[in-house]
Amino acid sequence: MANISKRDRTREEQSRIAAKNRRELIAEGFSRRDLLKMGLLTSAGMLIPKMGLSARPLTSAGFVNNTPQSRPTRSFIEDMPRLTIKQPVAALSPAPTAAPNTAAGESRTIAHQAFAQFPPQKFYETHERAFQASASPDLAPSTLWGFDGLFPGPLFVAQYGEPILNRIYNDLPTQNNGFGINSTTTHLHNGHTPSESDGFPCFFNEAGKFYDHHYPNVLAGINSTHPGTGDIRESMHTLWYHDHRIDFTSQNVYKGLAGMYNLFHPPNSAYDTGNETTGFRLPSFPDYDINMVFNDAVYDSVTDQLAFDLFNLDGILGDKMQVNGKIQPVLHVSPRRYRFRWLNMGPSRFYQMFLTDPTNLSSKAFWQLSTDGNFLRKPVQVTSCRISVAERMDVIVDFTGLQGKTFYIENRLEQIDGRGPTGTVLNAGQGNYMLKIVVDGPVVADNSIDPATIPANQAVYFYDFPDTLTAPVVTRTFKFERNNGQWAVNGKFADCADNRFTVKRNTVEKWIFQNNSGGWQHPVHMHFEEFQTLKINGQPPATSGIIQAGRKDVLRLEHNMQAELYFRFRDFTGRYPIHCHNVVHEDHAMMVLLNINDVGDTNPNP
Amino acid sequence: MKNISRRSVLALLGVAPVAGAVAARAATPGSSRQDDYPPVQNVSSRERIRQLHFPNVRLTNQEGKKVLFYDDLIKDKIVLINFMYSKCEGICPGITTNLVRVQRLLGDRVGRDVFMYSFSLKPREDTPESMAAYAKMHKVGPGWQFLTGDPADLELLRRKLGYTNPDPAQDADVTQHIGNIRYGNEPLERWGACPGMANASFIVESIGWLYPKTGTEIGKGERK
Repeated sequence: MANISKRDRTREEQSRIAAKNRRELIAEGFSRRDLLKMGLLTSAGMLIPKMGLSARPLTSAGFVNNTPQSRPTRSFIEDMPRLTIKQPVAALSPAPTAAPNTAAGESRTIAHQAFAQFPPQKFYETHERAFQASASPDLAPSTLWGFDGLFPGPLFVAQYGEPILNRIYNDLPTQNNGFGINSTTTHLHNGHTPSESDGFPCFFNEAGKFYDHHYPNVLAGINSTHPGTGDIRESMHTLWYHDHRIDFTSQNVYKGLAGMYNLFHPPNSAYDTGNETTGFRLPSFPDYDINMVFNDAVYDSVTDQLAFDLFNLDGILGDKMQVNGKIQPVLHVSPRRYRFRWLNMGPSRFYQMFLTDPTNLSSKAFWQLSTDGNFLRKPVQVTSCRISVAERMDVIVDFTGLQGKTFYIENRLEQIDGRGPTGTVLNAGQGNYMLKIVVDGPVVADNSIDPATIPANQAVYFYDFPDTLTAPVVTRTFKFERNNGQWAVNGKFADCADNRFTVKRNTVEKWIFQNNSGGWQHPVHMHFEEFQTLKINGQPPATSGIIQAGRKDVLRLEHNMQAELYFRFRDFTGRYPIHCHNVVHEDHAMMVLLNINDVGDTNPNP
Repeated sequence: MKNISRRSVLALLGVAPVAGAVAARAATPGSSRQDDYPPVQNVSSRERIRQLHFPNVRLTNQEGKKVLFYDDLIKDKIVLINFMYSKCEGICPGITTNLVRVQRLLGDRVGRDVFMYSFSLKPREDTPESMAAYAKMHKVGPGWQFLTGDPADLELLRRKLGYTNPDPAQDADVTQHIGNIRYGNEPLERWGACPGMANASFIVESIGWLYPKTGTEIGKGERK
């Protein structure tokens, strides 16, 4: 090794300094575990030096290569914003048509297949545009991209039986301030939506144009197994919408193109009415039914601008925890029951949420209502719930009799890089405090159901799960792999021109997902239909602990896991994707594109 | 370094705390702790990307010509990047063959407005001659440079461009190297990546997205 360059020597020197610093820190009482938690150690145990580059930048915490992370910000100084409710317009001009209005500048190329059957009753006009916002008074404003210039985007309040049309204008600039592309496609996650309105990753809405999305807001089965009504057991409640543009999804979503969508049943129904005196009697919307979008972000330490690591393949962890666009805000509540709708917007972090009482570090129990926005049979009492990217969680928290108390929503799932959590659930108070909840609101009436009063032997309070008795017409296996850093499914990569396989409309399929990618975990999402999990690693899913039974649309595919899933594909046709929702993986091709038509195929290894 | 406080440790290392919980316990109401940090600077995002990811290291291409990474290869250009080594018996031959297909589909754009670069993962072994021989063996056309140089510089580049494995053991094993292609439009700050073995025609389509706004000079029409 003759002729070692000057730079080599500098790096070796820095490495020696780093090792010396580390020894001294440990001597002062910072354990290796402390340093790891603080993000100062790589998982190989090397101290991240201030200037040097010889330690491997192993943690994907924000930036690689030892770039300093976001500036310090004060916690719990701003109120948590409530999402702005999206208002319909009287009419759209030009009026929407089933056929794409290419002459008027519509990007859509495929006609609305269900437009005549479910004519829209409400119309919405949405503009994707750039704007300035600050997540904290301690940070200078950043340029974000958001629906209607908001982050999170406006909250859609929709109703079963009331089809809507959302016209989305792409008013985004070419100048992207470091990341993002002004070519988009908006996906309503969870929606039982015809393909041409579903936000297929290759159906672009280009800058300067618009794209009409038709949301029938119908229950699955409406044109098949349960004609005219759909199957009530396929109800969905908490959805979200976000950009889904192939290869740039993580950049565009991280930049702010995401929002939520609450789907209620009609006010006179026996179900989720949004009025706590009727139906399921869940806490009334909007006062006591609150949406919370969680995301973790990094802000460039030099410019304070929202920063995205463009050169990361594994997953990105932010060091600022945000709720509804604000870093660690505060929510004031009255001493009564609340419904919270939690969304993990990503990009890559997995959460396990607890309600921590800081005075004694106990965990307050709460009620889990749903998995991925789909109700369980009845509320289940839990002390925590795990939420991977794109999963939603409806919970009821009962603050009755707790005036004067403070709680924190705390994420205690340890994660040190973008690959996935370590598996350790940290002790109370050692995790990330996301939101401070202060019970100092006025005492008010509470007419909502107290889940504790539902008899233990009552199996169903909401509705039962659909059966899994109909035999599948085909079983397909999907191996999620990492080949030299290339994310593959069954050894192949996504391509806009190809459909990997075809499903026959109104049939049942069984899908097996296998994680063969080593150290990475993948929240895998199939559009359009919810599945039920038949088996995880050969066993039926447990119904306690981390709930995996019930209808879901995101499967948490953990290390070396194999899951068997049961799908019904009903009512609509066209192209849909299956993909990993660690959006950084998704953008590096961890996706399968499929088609639904009236013929289908039986390829077991697409 | 006795009586070192956690805060001064962090200042020393220039790293802010990761977990919100740490901040929550440490923060005093009304205090900003901004005093430890220099004021916000008005540096463009394009410049920040350059500072963080594009060191201007000197490299040598397969013709023996010396170039600077940022100034000569990246600045103001649309680029296609991958990493390989000339004696690779794993994924490199397949990826290079695939990229040759891409080059043919791009035609005379390569070297004119799209620039292709392959960087060596074994700069101690790879000389301009060995890179030239590899390129010739694969029938690489003009406008595509194969680059080697000082081992420390190539290692720096590998890390800065994200061609790393978070597991140090795997990262040390060159046969496990990252097989992705990075594509980007440097002045437009548009960067993406795709698998090296993705369909060549889809890679060409992806490059089309790098052209600003309505410019899809390379598009579906080019697919074969």
